[in-house]
Amino acid sequence: MERQEVSIFRRIDWQIVLIYLFLVIAGWVNIYSAVYDESMSSILDTSQKYGKQFIWILAAFFIAISILIIDSKLYFSLSYFFYGVVLVLLVAVYLFAPEIKGARSWVDLGWVRFQPSEFAKLTTSLVIARFLGENGVKITRFSDAFRVFIIMILPIALIVLQGDAGSALVFLSFFFVFYREGMPLSMLLIGFGLILVFSLSIVWGSDVISIVSIAVGLLVFYGMFGFQKKQKFSFWVLLLVTLVFVVPIGTYYYLKLEIPTIIVFLFCFAILLVPASVYVYKKKRRYSLLLLFGLCLGSVLVSQSVGYVFTNVLEEHQQKRINVLFGLESDPRGSEFNVIQSKIAIGSGDLTGKGFLSGTQTKNDFVPEQSTDFIFCTIGEEWGFLGSVFIIGLFVWLIIRIMHDAEKQRTEFSRIYGYCVACILFFHFTINIGMTIGLMPVIGIPLPFFSYGGSSLWGFTILLFIFVKLDACRGEKIQ
Amino acid sequence: MTVSNQIDDSNQKKDTNRRFLLYAIVVFVALLYIGRLFYIQVIDDSYKLDATNNSRRYEVQHPARGLIYDRNGKLIVANEAAYDLMVVTGQIKNLDTLALLSIINVSKEIFVAELRKAQKNRYRPYPIIRQISAETYARLQEQLFNFPGFYVQTRTVRNYPYHCGALALGYISEVGKDEIAADPYYEQGDYIGKIGIEKRYESYLRGVKGGKYYQVDVKGRVKGSLEDGKYDKTVTLGKNITTTLDIDLQQYGEKLMQNKKGSIVAIDPKTGEILAIVSSPTFDPNSMVGRLVSENYNKLVRDPLKPLYNRPIQGVYPPGSTFKTVNALIGLQEGIVTQNTMYGCQAGYYSGGLHVGCHNHVSPINLIESIKMSCNAYYCNEFRAIIDASKFGSAREGFLTWQSYIKSFGLGKPLGIDLPSEKSGNIPRAESYDKTYGKNRWNSLTIVSLAIGQGEITETPLQMANIAATIANKGYYYTPHLVKEIDDTVFDKSFIQRHDLPIAKNYFDIVTEGMYQVVNGGSGATAWWLAIKGLDICGKTGTAQNPHGEDHSMFMAFAPRNNPKIAIAVCVENGGFGATLAAPMATLMIEKYLTDTITNAWREQQVLEKSITYKN
Repeated sequence: MERQEVSIFRRIDWQIVLIYLFLVIAGWVNIYSAVYDESMSSILDTSQKYGKQFIWILAAFFIAISILIIDSKLYFSLSYFFYGVVLVLLVAVYLFAPEIKGARSWVDLGWVRFQPSEFAKLTTSLVIARFLGENGVKITRFSDAFRVFIIMILPIALIVLQGDAGSALVFLSFFFVFYREGMPLSMLLIGFGLILVFSLSIVWGSDVISIVSIAVGLLVFYGMFGFQKKQKFSFWVLLLVTLVFVVPIGTYYYLKLEIPTIIVFLFCFAILLVPASVYVYKKKRRYSLLLLFGLCLGSVLVSQSVGYVFTNVLEEHQQKRINVLFGLESDPRGSEFNVIQSKIAIGSGDLTGKGFLSGTQTKNDFVPEQSTDFIFCTIGEEWGFLGSVFIIGLFVWLIIRIMHDAEKQRTEFSRIYGYCVACILFFHFTINIGMTIGLMPVIGIPLPFFSYGGSSLWGFTILLFIFVKLDACRGEKIQ
Repeated sequence: MTVSNQIDDSNQKKDTNRRFLLYAIVVFVALLYIGRLFYIQVIDDSYKLDATNNSRRYEVQHPARGLIYDRNGKLIVANEAAYDLMVVTGQIKNLDTLALLSIINVSKEIFVAELRKAQKNRYRPYPIIRQISAETYARLQEQLFNFPGFYVQTRTVRNYPYHCGALALGYISEVGKDEIAADPYYEQGDYIGKIGIEKRYESYLRGVKGGKYYQVDVKGRVKGSLEDGKYDKTVTLGKNITTTLDIDLQQYGEKLMQNKKGSIVAIDPKTGEILAIVSSPTFDPNSMVGRLVSENYNKLVRDPLKPLYNRPIQGVYPPGSTFKTVNALIGLQEGIVTQNTMYGCQAGYYSGGLHVGCHNHVSPINLIESIKMSCNAYYCNEFRAIIDASKFGSAREGFLTWQSYIKSFGLGKPLGIDLPSEKSGNIPRAESYDKTYGKNRWNSLTIVSLAIGQGEITETPLQMANIAATIANKGYYYTPHLVKEIDDTVFDKSFIQRHDLPIAKNYFDIVTEGMYQVVNGGSGATAWWLAIKGLDICGKTGTAQNPHGEDHSMFMAFAPRNNPKIAIAVCVENGGFGATLAAPMATLMIEKYLTDTITNAWREQQVLEKSITYKN
């Protein structure tokens, strides 16, 4: 027994552990700097944020070591149990928790407060890994995909209900895992395509994007069929298909008809549907054609629904954040304030930064949420471009290292779980740093290991160290 | 065996591809972010500038506005400390609204409404309660530490110890949007001269704002100056101005004008310096200071008697009989009449069915007597003789010659006083007669009402006083002006120019004699009862016909006859005959200025008690 436990510490991936240690301690130092004031005494003063963070870091280390010691079979066998417990907690939080910053997401036990949503990522990852890792389960099969969808949607729905849409978005990172596990690339591309169409529709307007979608669809159509030598009527077919779109849309704009544009676009597709399907039915490439038709229609529907989704589904502050990101709205005192101040703080860092404790922006309260969601500003300002690149480099190293280790796992459970960890970290990294430099909308999710806060630190520590443990024990049988 | 291996291989390959695509996505995002960081941190410098602006605070320092003195060195526009309660909403902590309200004694509704306005910008100081009293300030100061985010800013406001001269001195108030747009010097909350001297001499009075840069620490507390004040801008105090006004005379004039609409303009003829410029009704300039400004201002705007209308420079009236002096001078200079030219008058002038009435007096009379008795018939004859003089060839040419003399008196255009919005008055133009009557279809008789200062001709009271000054000077005037000196400044006095008239000095002697007779000529003179021994007042009455009601009472005068020290014009709207109201006012003003005493108390009383009701 003893020999085995010692050997675990020999077999763990020290690269991951060292990067983790470095990020956690760097985070602590930066929180100290962000809150720093000459009048404050020791970095261990527990009445201050950095003092509390120190306690949480110690606790996190304890948790990490415990995870390494506990039998790795536990995570596999109890995964559904953990998942259930967190779901119950999420429901309980929604029903009983007090509202903090517009969200009911905190469990307050008096001596400790934590956010169950930080642990939902972990338990969902375990369950997804277990389910997809079962023999015979394939993400490409509809019934299995549907089950995975159910596994994901339960925590997402509860977290959205709590009013914490940012944390719910994190679950999108599982799509990268699904891709690794066999989901077609086209699904991933369609996903990105939808986000692109949605974003562009906000910027340039639904109708423009709808027409562009149709135009692109037609061009692809020409490309597929226009230059086939054997097609005698190809010219007439192309012309007809083009007219089906051009005539109604042209009429609409020429006569300035007062009907919703979506009806016009749907009308075009409807005309095309019957003859096209009959025509296509005999052809070899009918699936490609139907896919093109579907994509084109989908794109138009998404762009046309933007107005409705934007005004009716998103809340006002979310609309503002998106508008600000695309430069459609200027609100330097309101929702744009964080981003402007954050960019100023980072931008003033120059190549090498102002030095530890010497930042003027983060320290002087110019950047809100400077120790939590905007902690990257402190790095940017005090450690400059070089410091920022170093931190980004560490994250990239960590994420790729986890994926690399995951590939070496002998069980699908461990591999899938590893990818879940990597993709969740990647999503947080992308959104969090992206928003501080104005490339992503402001979504309040923390920078892993860095941001101030116990739940977040513990959540990520457990998430990561379960994988470290699984990796260290990959020679053992865990199922 | 081989088959399954192949499948494994292809799966392996497929998995590897997928793996590397994920790696690629991670690396792509990282590179994108590094590129963006390189741009905002290393290439783009604008963020560094913003950062320095963020961590330092610029505090504007307002210079005290220049003081205004009268010609005798009396302080007529003073500065007084005012206290504004300021708030920076971003710094408010645990505000006990009720405690604060009990100190400053402001209703909760107003306070909450203002606080909401202040919250539009969490970082900019906002004057939440303006001009709290000195006592409130004292009480508040002891308690202020209980209200973080609030502080008191001291400012100077205007004070007018003599409570008069509102339209001449002007007032200051907060700059409007247009003024900020027109001159980038001004910022929201600055004060600017709105009318009068305050407006005209704004650039001297305001001084130049300065400012200090402070380093600000974590909580926005001031740590010290920035680089020993290297970037600070020094404050330049506003310049004091000495006006030409005699504030006692101004005050006296306003007192005489009370309950009447009208103007008094008194000028020192030797220099063009304005001694008093009264517009009535007026208001206490102190009402434009303090918390009730907007209420008071709205009252003034709505007042049907238009107290904001600066009558001495904006009111235009027909000059009436005062204009006979001008026609006499033109006739003399053109050789149409001499001192001894006689015309008869049978209670008026009759020609071609036209009748201009006159009062009963001896007939015929010479030129001096015509002024003394203000004979209408004399001037109808004389004016027609000028226009129809054979040397001009036509009535049109005669009229144009006459018109050029009129212009030399400063009529028909603004005189150029250093006050904003001066009106020009009107002199008739040959072209408009051509238009009305047809070319060559009008003659001296058509326009004969100009002879007695009626018809198309109008002038401002300032222009009338200027004519009095011109006659007093025997042929020249200086542009009337209100500012004598600006401290430490050689200011552009180009507007104070000597204007010489193309009329010989000896003709002025004749007209002066006539004007002397008006007051001192005894029997038959239009204002004989106003003579004051030793003052040698020379004057001319006028009664401007007013189609809308009672005639306007006019009087222009200067004194003493030799070496005149004051020239004056008085115009009382609907005051009746010139001699009844305007003339006694003018003589009281002259006596007050020259001797500083009033010998005839009952006359003063009569003027003061005279109240005219105006229908609107």
